[in-house]
Amino acid sequence: MNPLAALGRGTLDILATIGQIALYAFETVSHLLRPPFYPREFLHQLVAIGWLSLPVVGLTTLFTGGALALQIYAGGARFNAETVVPSIVAIGIARELGPVLAGLMVAGRVAASIAAEIGTMKVTEQIDALTTLSTNPMKYLTVPRVLAATLTMPLLVGIGDAIGIMGGYLVGIWRLDFNAANYMTNTVQFLETWDVVSGLIKAAMFGFIVATMGCFHGMNSGRGAQGVGRATTQAVVSASILILAANYVLTEVFFAA
Amino acid sequence: MIEMKNVSKAFGPKQVLRGIDLTVGTGESMVIIGGSGTGKSVTIKCILGIIRPDSGQILLDGKDVTKEDRDAFLARFGMLFQGGALFDSLPVWQNVAFRLLRGSLKKPKPEAREIAIEKLRRVGLAPDVADLFPAELSGGMQKRVGLARAIAAEPGIIFFDEPTTGLDPIMAGVINDLIREIVTEMGATAVTITHDMSSVRAIADHVAMLHAGKIRWTGPVSEMDNSGDPYVDQFIHGRAEGPIEAVR
Ligand SMILES: Nc1ncnc2c1ncn2[C@@H]1O[C@H](COP(=O)(O)OP(=O)(O)OP(=O)(O)O)[C@@H](O)[C@H]1O
Ligand SMILES: [Mg+2]
Repeated sequence: MNPLAALGRGTLDILATIGQIALYAFETVSHLLRPPFYPREFLHQLVAIGWLSLPVVGLTTLFTGGALALQIYAGGARFNAETVVPSIVAIGIARELGPVLAGLMVAGRVAASIAAEIGTMKVTEQIDALTTLSTNPMKYLTVPRVLAATLTMPLLVGIGDAIGIMGGYLVGIWRLDFNAANYMTNTVQFLETWDVVSGLIKAAMFGFIVATMGCFHGMNSGRGAQGVGRATTQAVVSASILILAANYVLTEVFFAA
Repeated sequence: MIEMKNVSKAFGPKQVLRGIDLTVGTGESMVIIGGSGTGKSVTIKCILGIIRPDSGQILLDGKDVTKEDRDAFLARFGMLFQGGALFDSLPVWQNVAFRLLRGSLKKPKPEAREIAIEKLRRVGLAPDVADLFPAELSGGMQKRVGLARAIAAEPGIIFFDEPTTGLDPIMAGVINDLIREIVTEMGATAVTITHDMSSVRAIADHVAMLHAGKIRWTGPVSEMDNSGDPYVDQFIHGRAEGPIEAVR
């Protein structure tokens, strides 16, 4: 085949998928607002998506905060500015690393499991069965997951931020000989509300992306075990890329001078 | 009354249905027979709207099903899927009572559970099965749970996709009787797909044979043996030799 044609076809396929995803996200939001609602499913997803992601997010930000403190100390030492460590760690975690790394980790955990679960349901005709039982799969499966992810991600990231800053603090006082009280004062003094809030808004967006990608790829899963496997991979990859892209756009919107 | 008029469906290059014309009267038991892979399951999924036909018309009581209110339409139907299609995240009784636990037919939980256990009993399953999960059941038991779910809300029209496949002969007899009973006593309309000729004779008022994407023959079950159609004869007698090719 003509390589140019192959490239063109690939591009068209991607554009078509982007269109489908946009439509799917729009449909999800429209179902979000119209009854019937399934509160039990929603509560179940709050636990599965939110609560059970806490260890992953906590460990991620803890180690990242620690590493960040070491790096900023090393960088700061070049300008005799080691004292900036606490505030830069806090700002870096709250604005960028907390939401982005938590988002990527949750993408790996949650998008994959949603896509695998819904994909299996699709392949074994459970989605068709839902329809014949007068239950809309969008409302019963997608809405509770997307809503739960969108609402719990900011909470997760909020807790993750605190743990990340604590990681920096622990490294700061044990390894870098900071005074514990000074470290805390510096952290609190220079951190602004908007630093944290902007990160939490990002987190909500990332939660929406993760669950929507999981559901979309699950619902469009191919046939058989192979189809489900591919859907799972695509869910994680597309969720991760969309998170990074959305992060750039939101950062541009929030912080561009 | 369900009417299919010239319904066609292809999957990619593969033409499965090539103009199906089929009428199922209200309160009648129609059995669809035909070779494996001829599109029997696709046919009933088209009626339910799970698969969109490429062309043709499907009418329920004279009204086009695609133009009707989906929820009201589906509320009249029950469906047993060929593979069971049980929700594996829910215990058996919640599968059976799915419709009774939410939506317009919602009942209090204890009552829904009682109905579920009663329906399980009717398909030959003991009450202690109710709290197991589908993955803990044998294939035949899953099939019967699917059957119990299809009839749980007592719908007026029920589709059974191979209800007795994978069951022992006694259980198959129980299920045949049950389907017959649902039609005669509750006045339901039933469309059953089966390969089991003794089932056909036990359940059917009318029989339709699907071959090469069309209804090859249809008529009352009493005329099936004298249809004069070599395709039907070969099929009901299970002969390897005849007009239907063995490799499909
Ligand atoms: N979703 C689908 N996508 C692609 N092809 C399909 C799909 N569903 C069915 N087919 C094809 O349509 C044809 C008819 O399938 P169907 O399941 O209706 O057969 P059947 O008559 O029910 O056979 P059996 O008696 O073995 O259940 C098959 O060749 C199958 O490969
Ligand atoms: Mg079939």
